[in-house]
Amino acid sequence: MIFEDEPLDPWHPLPILPGHSSPGRLERVLRAGRFTVTAELAPPDSADPEEVYARARVFDGYVDGMNATDGSGANCHMSSVGMCALLTRVGYSPVMQISCRDKNRIAIQGDVLGAAAMGVSNVLCLSGDGVQSGDHPDAKPVFDLDSMSLLETVRGMRDECQFLSGRTITAPPRVLLGAAENPFAPPYDFRALRVAKKVAAGAQFIQTQYCYDIPRFKTFMAQLRDLGVLEHCYILAGVGPLASARAAEWIRTHVPGIDIPDAVIKRLAGAAKQKQEGKQLCIELIQELREIEGVSGVHVMAYRQEETVAEIIDRSGVLQGREPWFPGRGHELQKESA
Amino acid sequence: MYSVRLWTTRHARLFEIIYNVFEPIITRLHPLWKNLGYERVEKPVARLEALCKGVLFDCQMCGQCKLSTTGMSCTMNCPKNLRNGPCGGVRGDGNCEIYPQRRCVWVEAWNGSRQMRNGDAILTVQKPVNFSYQGSSSWLRVVRGVVKSREAAKLNPQPVQAKQAAENTQ
Ligand code: SF4
Repeated sequence: MIFEDEPLDPWHPLPILPGHSSPGRLERVLRAGRFTVTAELAPPDSADPEEVYARARVFDGYVDGMNATDGSGANCHMSSVGMCALLTRVGYSPVMQISCRDKNRIAIQGDVLGAAAMGVSNVLCLSGDGVQSGDHPDAKPVFDLDSMSLLETVRGMRDECQFLSGRTITAPPRVLLGAAENPFAPPYDFRALRVAKKVAAGAQFIQTQYCYDIPRFKTFMAQLRDLGVLEHCYILAGVGPLASARAAEWIRTHVPGIDIPDAVIKRLAGAAKQKQEGKQLCIELIQELREIEGVSGVHVMAYRQEETVAEIIDRSGVLQGREPWFPGRGHELQKESA
Repeated sequence: MYSVRLWTTRHARLFEIIYNVFEPIITRLHPLWKNLGYERVEKPVARLEALCKGVLFDCQMCGQCKLSTTGMSCTMNCPKNLRNGPCGGVRGDGNCEIYPQRRCVWVEAWNGSRQMRNGDAILTVQKPVNFSYQGSSSWLRVVRGVVKSREAAKLNPQPVQAKQAAENTQ
């Protein structure tokens, strides 16, 4: 997708349209009402920039934004700020994840300014996994802010041009604010209300946990609609291919917060080619989710199966022929038309 | 203690009533606190508060108590210190992602809030914790807050009072 006002160099920001918060492509696509696709980009355990670009390239032409995770699962990797710096350099549209686990309010606000200066237009505010679940269980958990107060903090930086302390920011970070929600974890009645709370704190889009339980997700969406949240916030439903019945079973028992219904596991177990079936299932889920009122897109988390994302999105048909921007493509076409 | 904490949260309405009686009493004692000197009473009152709330709620003495907005469940017991709601890792059985043998503090908080008359306070966004208050008395802070907002209300019209009241802690 190429906008009319594309900058000549892709690493320059787009003009901020009236009513928009950021100069980013993701906000453009969301606000245009197009079915939006984002994907999780796993950071490398390396200082080689090429590894980041190689991981990003597999999504070229299929995603509108990529989440640069921030020590997800409390494991140490390249930082989300570092990844975003590399990605924005060539014009990608990363969603910078910020977890409250590792940094206090001083470090976080500094990172937000730094990231925005490097062209990051989207920030996803998370509480983060506990240190106990990662490779450094002996680390000190920070949790100075939580996802909600983090949202409010960044919104204050952007809209009031102020740090949490009240000190003035001369050029505010123009970012679109996102948050996460898990409709599949108790207390279920609280989940939609918690999204409303996040929207009140500044969230403009929500990426959800993996959706395998469509009926529960539909209830959640209906609650959001009744709360009037959908007018103020874009919902991207979380999806991802399951590699096998065994993998699914393992995730269900070992990763807290991911709910995979028995029927899904049964279906995978019964298939001759489980990996293929996992992809097929993911495609069907995306198609089903697209039909639900208020779903603006999907967020694909294909951990260690990133190479399948392009095929899944392609076969699901949700882009309807639209080709999201990627480095090189927009540039060439624009030059042609110029 | 864990079992007592579960019990108090499951009787959140009772503790809401008790607190609603208790707060005006300590507030009325303002002249006493003032005469003795707030600084002087800070330590003994904080100790008493830590004892009472420690037994009942496993209070962590953050100094800016929000029990009445969190279903009488002390959310500083959440291993992530979340002040605004449960994380996404709550287990299917309602236990904590990090300590699978324990109930999620926020599942209990939500259930407690559903019993309370003013339970919907759980839906308001809470400010970040002020860590410089750690260990100090929340009760005395409430009294000072109420007195200050009353005095401000005398001098000024409505809005200030409303703002102060919203910032009150328990
Ligand atoms: S499961 Fe509940 S108690 Fe445990 S970290 Fe998450 S919110 Fe806190």
